[in-house]
Amino acid sequence: MVGLGGCLLLFLVLPFVALILDGGPEAIWRGLGCSLTWPALRLSLGTTLISVVLVVVGGTPLAWWLARSRWRSARWLEILLQLPVVIPPAVGGIALLLAFGRRGLFGGTLERLGWTPAFSVVAVIMAQVFVSAPFYLQAAVQAFGRLDPNLLAVARSLGASPPRLFSRVALPLARPWLIGGAAMSWARALGEFGATLMFAGNMTGKTQTLPLAIYTALELDIHTAQALSLLLVVFAFALLLFLRRFNRGVEPTRQPATP
Amino acid sequence: MTDNCAPRLCIAVQAALGPFSLQASLEVGAEPLALVGPNGSGKTSLLLTILGLRKPGQGRIVLSDEVLFDADLAIDRPTEERHLAYLPQDFGLFPHLTAIENVAFALACRSKRVSTKQRRDQAMTWLDRFGIGNLAERNPSRLSGGERQRVALARALASSPKALLLDEPTASLDVEARVEVRAFLAESIRSLGLPTILVTHDAMDVEALASRVAVLEKGQLVACGLLSDIRKTPPTSFASRLFPASTRPGHDRQPL
Repeated sequence: MVGLGGCLLLFLVLPFVALILDGGPEAIWRGLGCSLTWPALRLSLGTTLISVVLVVVGGTPLAWWLARSRWRSARWLEILLQLPVVIPPAVGGIALLLAFGRRGLFGGTLERLGWTPAFSVVAVIMAQVFVSAPFYLQAAVQAFGRLDPNLLAVARSLGASPPRLFSRVALPLARPWLIGGAAMSWARALGEFGATLMFAGNMTGKTQTLPLAIYTALELDIHTAQALSLLLVVFAFALLLFLRRFNRGVEPTRQPATP
Repeated sequence: MTDNCAPRLCIAVQAALGPFSLQASLEVGAEPLALVGPNGSGKTSLLLTILGLRKPGQGRIVLSDEVLFDADLAIDRPTEERHLAYLPQDFGLFPHLTAIENVAFALACRSKRVSTKQRRDQAMTWLDRFGIGNLAERNPSRLSGGERQRVALARALASSPKALLLDEPTASLDVEARVEVRAFLAESIRSLGLPTILVTHDAMDVEALASRVAVLEKGQLVACGLLSDIRKTPPTSFASRLFPASTRPGHDRQPL
């Protein structure tokens, strides 16, 4: 038993050890100096920030509606919206291309309006939103669904209109879980590779995000790829620390202690 | 109350309720009504129906001269427009707001063109009236059961309700707090004179807070009358257990 667990643990940890130690700090430092690094980092941070904002702004009201709806179709919609989580990102990329590409279903209409999103920064953001929104939606639907129905009933009986119920009661009470969901969604957007490659391409300085830069760097120099990967690991680790700290701060307000 | 006629809450509803149907016809005036019955008999469902959180298939709910629900006329006022104060078992205080903010929330819902400062002053007045002005800045998690009950009632009344619905008001309290809360509630209900329905499992609550009793059994309203009558001739075995013979001083059980 312990042996089996230990094997898995080693298997999970060793790649990270290699990622940090291989080649030594000098090689990594040199890798970071590669011309791909800064454009990719800038693009990744910029686009994922926009993606997360779009996901939260659109996803919060949608999740509230899904959580509140007694409509049976809402349950089906909820399942459907989880689809991007389980399908391979490449499939998502093809789907986006078929929908919004130049020859896509809606591409013609968009082009007549003077807009061709495919293979542009906008496509990078669209791919990120497509793959990362379900993570936020799931967290938000659960957060709203977990709210004490009595509190919502009381708020309404006191005269709270639907917008007030949402903004003054549901939103502040669900906030910790919404932030958690947004963080997970951001992590997913930051790591997005497949859909971006298909739908936005891999153009340095234009659509080449960090994961795509790693892919390109691998052909030039393994230590550059290593350096860029470490950069992503640092972001991911910071995110995990933030979530842990954050969740610890949150627990007491969730369940008020009886004095 | 400025109205000439006393406020009245009239309910006659029929609704599907799991394995059986909820069927009840009640009238509540200034005399508080206790709704009793075994678990799952539909007491809370009836409260939620009155509140507008559950939609009955048939029936009519009227508060004084205002129709809240009428299946035939397709009237179904949303909960927020029914002006019913609802106090759930755990009092339903918003955990993210302090005591005074909880009360101010109710004020903000009903009067939108009032400054935050004025609203706070009004909320403070409500808290002072219930003797808990010193707890204004506390979060609900730092209040005792009795204190929470007071904040909840202050908040409910700040929303200027036309009727009061209480769901097991003393169930989540320890024995000592129960006595205190019961006395406080009895006094408040009496002085308000609003139509009041309270769901309870506790004979002491009925005794202290209500003068009339309605007995529910499997969704059906089997009896509704003065406490003394229900006590004399309990309509169900549940009612006879709730008000056992020993608590019926001076009353002999009479044949139906």
